[in-house]
Amino acid sequence: MSKTLFDKIWDSHVVKELDDGTSLVYLDRVFIHERTGSVALTSLKDQQRPVRNPRQVFATMDHIVDTLPGRDDSTLMPGGEDFIKTMRAEANDAGLTLFDIHDVRHGITHIISAEQGIALPGLIAACPDSHTCTLGALGAIGWGIGTSDCEHALATETLRATKPKQLRVRFEGPLGNGVTAKDMILHLIGKYSASGARGHAMEFYGPAIDALDIEARFTLCNMAVEFSAFTGIVAPDEKTVSYVKDRPYTPSGEPWEKCVAFWQTLHSDDDAVFDKEITIDCAEIAPTVTWGTSPEHAIRIDGSVPGLEAATDDEAREQMKSAMQYMGLEPGQELLGLPIQGAFIGSCTNARLSDLRRAASILQGHRVAAGVRAICTPGSRPIKQAAEAEGIDRIFTDAGFEWREPGCSLCFNAGGESFAPEERVMTSTNRNFRGRQGRKTRSHLASPESVAASAIAGHIADVRMSNG
Amino acid sequence: MQAFTQHMGVAAPIIVNNVDTDQIIPSREMKRVSKSGLGDGLFAGWRYNYEGMNKVSLRQSFVLNQPQYFAASIILGGKNWGCGSSREHAVWALRDHGIRVIIAESFGRIFYRNCARNGLLAIELPAEQVELLAEHTAESPQSSRLLVDLVKGEIHGPRGDIFKFSTPESDRNMLLNGLDYIEYTMQFEDAIDAFAKRDYVARPWAKL
Ligand code: SF4
Repeated sequence: MSKTLFDKIWDSHVVKELDDGTSLVYLDRVFIHERTGSVALTSLKDQQRPVRNPRQVFATMDHIVDTLPGRDDSTLMPGGEDFIKTMRAEANDAGLTLFDIHDVRHGITHIISAEQGIALPGLIAACPDSHTCTLGALGAIGWGIGTSDCEHALATETLRATKPKQLRVRFEGPLGNGVTAKDMILHLIGKYSASGARGHAMEFYGPAIDALDIEARFTLCNMAVEFSAFTGIVAPDEKTVSYVKDRPYTPSGEPWEKCVAFWQTLHSDDDAVFDKEITIDCAEIAPTVTWGTSPEHAIRIDGSVPGLEAATDDEAREQMKSAMQYMGLEPGQELLGLPIQGAFIGSCTNARLSDLRRAASILQGHRVAAGVRAICTPGSRPIKQAAEAEGIDRIFTDAGFEWREPGCSLCFNAGGESFAPEERVMTSTNRNFRGRQGRKTRSHLASPESVAASAIAGHIADVRMSNG
Repeated sequence: MQAFTQHMGVAAPIIVNNVDTDQIIPSREMKRVSKSGLGDGLFAGWRYNYEGMNKVSLRQSFVLNQPQYFAASIILGGKNWGCGSSREHAVWALRDHGIRVIIAESFGRIFYRNCARNGLLAIELPAEQVELLAEHTAESPQSSRLLVDLVKGEIHGPRGDIFKFSTPESDRNMLLNGLDYIEYTMQFEDAIDAFAKRDYVARPWAKL
């Protein structure tokens, strides 16, 4: 029987079908962080339940740690230090691999799991953070779980889950000037709504996907969850194989030959049937930015806030109105030229070396406009070091950016830091929900290059007009 | 976990649509590495008056602060109750406050699932019926308590009305037997072991 890529991986991991309609799915890897992992480990210990397979579990500190230079265990988040210390003690006690704050491999969980070769094509991984779908870029299945599921994963090596329906999204044609993977995914969500893929796992394919490098595929898959997808995945190809080769945890020798051969089978069969299909012509994608408080509020950067007549019903109209009020915008208003007070380049969406390089190429020789607080948080220490070796840190700091330590940072304010109320921020992150970057902060999601161009201009700016 | 068969209690109306988990417990209130003791932060933004970041007094207008609802163990909710981020803290905070049942028109999906896993019963009823329950309990909440019977799938209102509800079988099972989420799976430990052994032979490269 013909199968999709998702079927092939999922079906081969089913331990047992349960009578409540869920499947007991075997997990190859579990990633945890100090915010939720600490609670899960403590709770398991209280119940006197061991971690079933400590070798498959990897822990990092990213959600609460400070990202200021010279940081230690103390953070701005009230009580945050407790999470960090508990995580360290419990991870050591349970015999887990921990990428602690000063470890050379430290960074944001979804970035380092790939960087270290822990996540590989064909594997299933879970982590208590919604953006675990990032790993789909390698042809793995990853999804975010809550604390109960996290405890379950640690104690049983499995999860109970319902197999989702399947959606395939084809991207055709070459990308236009200044258009990146971030713009592709924002465009998709803007066009089909934030619930467009509800209940579905989604496979990205087509010539434009083949053309993306692996780092861009991470950005794309990272935001699958903002489309309400169970996860996003791209079939592994030669680029994937060369990306994972020779990383610290990647197999070598004969096992490597074996897995490369196996990965060649990891693609949807020609006649595989999907529950839903979408095709996007990349010619219709411009650099994209969000105007409102949901990722679906995405428009061309040279476009205008929609009029209220665009709402399909009263409720939608009320939601649009309230989003505009929150964002301090009027219907029909243009985004280009809106003054900003903050710029953030970071997060598991857009803080890899290629993201920083592209932003740096725009920043080079320029200064951030007066009145803009600009922050860059590289996604991991290896990324930070590589960037520094290339002199990228100097370009950022010369431009007036703060150059930070790795962590989730201003992706959300649980690290205790935030932008101020009513400040307008261009951000390379994945969520523009109310209060995500600070109480009443107005977040506009965009690519790192759009963030960089806007930081220099002091207002929302079109990267195609910048002379970087 | 405490088994859930029947529960009788005071019902407090928070019939608002799209109450999200950030409102149920704001992230600044999630400052403990523990699932207990979060009741204090429940609905913090609605429950307290603030000076800066400090809670200075209870806001009398909020329903849970009114004496007749002090003992509330049932909440009447609106549409899409508990939507938003997957934070399970919302359910822990409700539980810590003594809430055992939430009756609403509909729930956020993850919130709904988290309820059963933590011993809370979430019941979906048509909006008119939730309104009716609110109406019938409003005058004297303490003497018009609701009886929720999971075995029969019935809510008995103070005026003798009976409202039927259904609960997904696996949630019902876990609640009725006080069965913990992990215990349920560990019944199949042999199957997990067997799978892991087979898999080790089939995919040695996937093992660490
Ligand atoms: S950077 Fe943001 S989305 Fe990514 S893991 Fe951290 S908090 Fe989650």
